Amino acid sequence: MWDGILTGLGTAVMPFNLLMVVVGCFAGTFIGMLPGLGPISAVALMIPITYGLDPASGIILMAGVYYGAVFGGSTSSILVNAPGCASTVVTAFDGFPLAQKNQAGKALALAAYSSFTGGTIGALILLFAAPALASVSLSFQSGDYFALMLLGLTAVAAFSGKGQVIKALLMTVFGLMIATVGTDITSGATRFTFGSVDLIDGVSFLLLAMATFALTEVIMTVLRGQHREAEPEMDMAALGSMKLSREEVKEVAPTIGRSSVFGFLVGVLPGAGATIASFMAYGLERNLASAKEKLKFGKGSLRGLAAPESANNAASTGSFVPLLTLGIPGSGTTAIMLGALIAYGIQPGPRLFMDNPDVFWSVIISMYFGNLVLLILNLPLIPYISRLLAIPRPILIPLILFFSITGVYLVSFNTFDIQMMVLITVIAIFLKLLAFPMAPMLLGFILGGILEKNLARALTMSDGSFSFLWDRPLTLVITLIAVAVLLFPLLGTVLGKLRGKGPEAAVAEGEG
Amino acid sequence: MLSKLFTHRSTVLATALTTCLSAGVVQAQVDSVHFLIPGGAGGGWDSTARGTGEALQKSGLVDTVSYENLSGGGGGKAIAHLIEVADQSEDTLMVNSTPIVIRSLSKVFPQSFRDLTPVAATIGDFGAFVVKADSQYTSFNDLADAYLDNPRSVTVVGGSARGSMDHLVAAQAFKAAGGDPRMVKYLAYDAGGKAMAGLLSGEADVLSTGFSEALALADAGEVRILAMTGPERSKAAPDVPTLKELGYDATFVNWRGFFGAPGMADAKRDEFIAVLEKMYGTEDWARVRDRNGWAEDFRPGDEFVAFLEQQEKEVGELMRELGFLR
Repeated sequence: MWDGILTGLGTAVMPFNLLMVVVGCFAGTFIGMLPGLGPISAVALMIPITYGLDPASGIILMAGVYYGAVFGGSTSSILVNAPGCASTVVTAFDGFPLAQKNQAGKALALAAYSSFTGGTIGALILLFAAPALASVSLSFQSGDYFALMLLGLTAVAAFSGKGQVIKALLMTVFGLMIATVGTDITSGATRFTFGSVDLIDGVSFLLLAMATFALTEVIMTVLRGQHREAEPEMDMAALGSMKLSREEVKEVAPTIGRSSVFGFLVGVLPGAGATIASFMAYGLERNLASAKEKLKFGKGSLRGLAAPESANNAASTGSFVPLLTLGIPGSGTTAIMLGALIAYGIQPGPRLFMDNPDVFWSVIISMYFGNLVLLILNLPLIPYISRLLAIPRPILIPLILFFSITGVYLVSFNTFDIQMMVLITVIAIFLKLLAFPMAPMLLGFILGGILEKNLARALTMSDGSFSFLWDRPLTLVITLIAVAVLLFPLLGTVLGKLRGKGPEAAVAEGEG
Repeated sequence: MLSKLFTHRSTVLATALTTCLSAGVVQAQVDSVHFLIPGGAGGGWDSTARGTGEALQKSGLVDTVSYENLSGGGGGKAIAHLIEVADQSEDTLMVNSTPIVIRSLSKVFPQSFRDLTPVAATIGDFGAFVVKADSQYTSFNDLADAYLDNPRSVTVVGGSARGSMDHLVAAQAFKAAGGDPRMVKYLAYDAGGKAMAGLLSGEADVLSTGFSEALALADAGEVRILAMTGPERSKAAPDVPTLKELGYDATFVNWRGFFGAPGMADAKRDEFIAVLEKMYGTEDWARVRDRNGWAEDFRPGDEFVAFLEQQEKEVGELMRELGFLR
């Protein structure tokens, strides 16, 4: 193994490959920043370029573009509430409120540090444990994924503000309902398509996120502007300090550590991925927070920003485990990279790190460099990037609209998607005016589809019996954790009330 | 990077423009081909069209090649589009594959290959049955016997919905073995790679997937291929028996090929066929083919139509028996 690592190191530090890391990171960051254009578009754009390169350089370039795009996606989430890609949707929940409080510089810097740490911790785990982790990712069956998604859904409380529990639950159910549109792979039947060819493939998560966040936000800004002209406009150019105080570092350090490891583990599972990792890390972090800190989530909590940012980068790194060691892509982006590897005549699998040690190890080592490059590239750029906010609104708003719509269109090249975006935006504006939170709907949507497919498979396997929930220890453990997370706050409230400490317990209950 | 995307779109526009201008002029050879891809970037249709285009252009058989992605409705969106703009689409070739037959049978979209001009099938893949390396099943006969004994004891996993290709191929094989095809216990995943993870996690006994994908997986040493659905053994893997030689009368070809707009002139169609046939001899094609692990399977013109009709009949009967068609 050490020979392999040394070969990989030798390949990775070759000047040309280092250049590929820099080029990949730069291109990825830039594409990722554009709302809606995410890693999948960025990596797909690189395919023709990589044909001319040798395998290690080609994959290093693609990997650089991939995590560069995940890195860059957070910028537009924070600055304009228009997620750069699916896995940075959660970043906007606390990142954008921070930017609104004139702390854009701090938010961007924290996102960069979190991404860097997440990516680096991920690369280190990958370096030392990739082959061993492969077997972990294979031990997950449909029933386990179902239990894991249940656990994910318990995070819904994290996505609702105070006193919005019922509304948050309603929106989660709404998200679950939208997830059922399209072809049901278990039965082969189409559901809720109303005979339309365009709905057969269902609704894409990116489209839903762009419509409910980017477009809705922009249009709400316009609507507000008409009514409250007098309101002192936020000093958009004010970057705020980029520095984190010692207390703030102390506050987020454990968050970044936990979320990185957690995100990596979720990313290793072929059925989950970076977006789910970011949602779950956010939920986990809020569940761990004290009652007082919980109130800050969604209003510009540093922990709420650091958690998804570390998790999505660590998960992107983690998704290389099944790709490289098993040849199994966990996401659309890694599927494209698998195609590229095979086109080079390299078959990823358990023997990759023996057959092609230069490719295997150099890619992993280049990730370490890549994260460093991203940090060096991004920190000095923050003051310039955030000047984006200084652009006058009459110019900025059409720009956001343009990029959001183009970004979604360039994935499918289907104009129906644009019409659907407009429709969803109109619905979202109504819901938002009625103070319904959007985040729980996205949570319900992204988990709902996976939840249902895995439940259906697990039930098929057990011939319709729910016994799969306790037949395997792994499933049972995850289910019990989910139930515990769900019932624990409730139990606390009940006990508190029995002891006659009603008012305090109500604070500790945390809308659980 | 973005400008690249827009250049791509403007090429499309430019091509459309030239097409309009040159309409009516008799062309001696194929000047330009515009590929219509019914799916997004990076998929199987995308790589087939772009690989074919690359070979045609680099070998000098075609001057200009342009591409247009239009996904939606399992390919239905692109078919409708091609029919709608048929007048201006005489240079357009739409890539498609076996699912066009299955999806038109199951009425995912209202059109069928009859509404288009089938030009030629160019490459083909077969179905394959894959088990874990340590599986108790060492031959397809073992698996078929277990199925005959108790169909619910064999769990099949595949990378497409129930009632589509991977499921149908498995049902066809077990039917040929004398079992009830409706009893197949099938776990549907939305991609072949994820189905493979399902097989390796131990939740299924056998994976039904494409032969070329199966070969790549078997090379990695984690799995074994029990059988494939070709009419004879493949040169790429002469050890893998066909279902036919094992005594099960079942063959299945997943072809990929090209369609023109409805009403395409016979002369134009023959030009395309000639140019595709010439392509097989070029080095550029050999490189693209080997890079993607494709197997050549050329069925031009009327032969293609006859083949499509035959496949529609066979698949239709099976789907009716399984209850997917009334």
